[in-house]
Amino acid sequence: MDELVLGGHRFTSRLVVGTGKYKDFATMKAALEASGAQMVTVAVRRLDLQAKGEASLLHWLPKDMVLLPNTAGCFTAEDAVRTCRLARELQLGGENPLVKLEVLSDPKTLLPDAEETIRAAKQLVAEGFRVLPYINDDPIAAKKLEDAGCVAVMPLGAPIGSGLGLRNPYSLQMILDQAKVPVIVDAGVGTASDCALCMELGVSGLLINTAIAGAKDPVTMARAMKLATEAGRLAYLAGRIPKKLYGSASSPLAGVIGTA
Amino acid sequence: MQATVNGEMMELPDGLTVSALLQHLGVRGDRVAVERNGEVVKKARHGEQRLASGDVLEIVTFVGGG
Repeated sequence: MDELVLGGHRFTSRLVVGTGKYKDFATMKAALEASGAQMVTVAVRRLDLQAKGEASLLHWLPKDMVLLPNTAGCFTAEDAVRTCRLARELQLGGENPLVKLEVLSDPKTLLPDAEETIRAAKQLVAEGFRVLPYINDDPIAAKKLEDAGCVAVMPLGAPIGSGLGLRNPYSLQMILDQAKVPVIVDAGVGTASDCALCMELGVSGLLINTAIAGAKDPVTMARAMKLATEAGRLAYLAGRIPKKLYGSASSPLAGVIGTA
Repeated sequence: MQATVNGEMMELPDGLTVSALLQHLGVRGDRVAVERNGEVVKKARHGEQRLASGDVLEIVTFVGGG
């Protein structure tokens, strides 16, 4: 069985899906089902004290869905750690919960702040969290996070919500070459071919939100991402042929009619 | 007493526990997490943890996110 193992959880799906930006919960639910995802990201936010009886997000998630709370919106290690502690409290009984650590440096690029991310990761690991950090496509930062005890590293393909795809496959290749923990590409995927490309390079999984939620038809796009992720994974396992500059005939060169 | 709840200054009855605060606000305690002055108040302690004037409280829940 080809499984993705993360912090004690075993997944047959390599696609992790976000729950933000959907036009309504019903569309989100249908897209999650179509994606085949077994883990979803969620955010921690102040309860709207005026909106009593509002439908809860959790009500719309399948019972066995693993939650990956994020620290989106945090710009310091301290805020990210506070957010993770609240996320643990929200998940009753979760002693060593998975968290997606995201500490951003500025609201325009939404690029990660490596220094704060590494600082927060060390604190969270010490507190027993299983940390999946969102990070630049920087092999040095990835290595430091792995050394800090993170259960995976999650380099970006491109900025959050940009849909630019994998902008630097060579940096990703360096991260993959050195990593001893799963590498998950988080952010940047725009469409199905981006999924396939990342998976073909050998990443362990993908985290996608905007490219599904923002598609004209999110449910169909979720299915496309699922198939592309699977196709890319299979191609990686199968082992692609080397690239060659010149042609290489598929049919025998001998026995062609009319030859001497 | 006055306390700040989710960024908003509120006038609250003196000596409320966290449970009583949630009840006062009409919030179900099983769906939220509460932080008091930067520290999580575990659910098991909602019934005993009393609030003090000037407390800063955060009541949070899970919402959609990526």
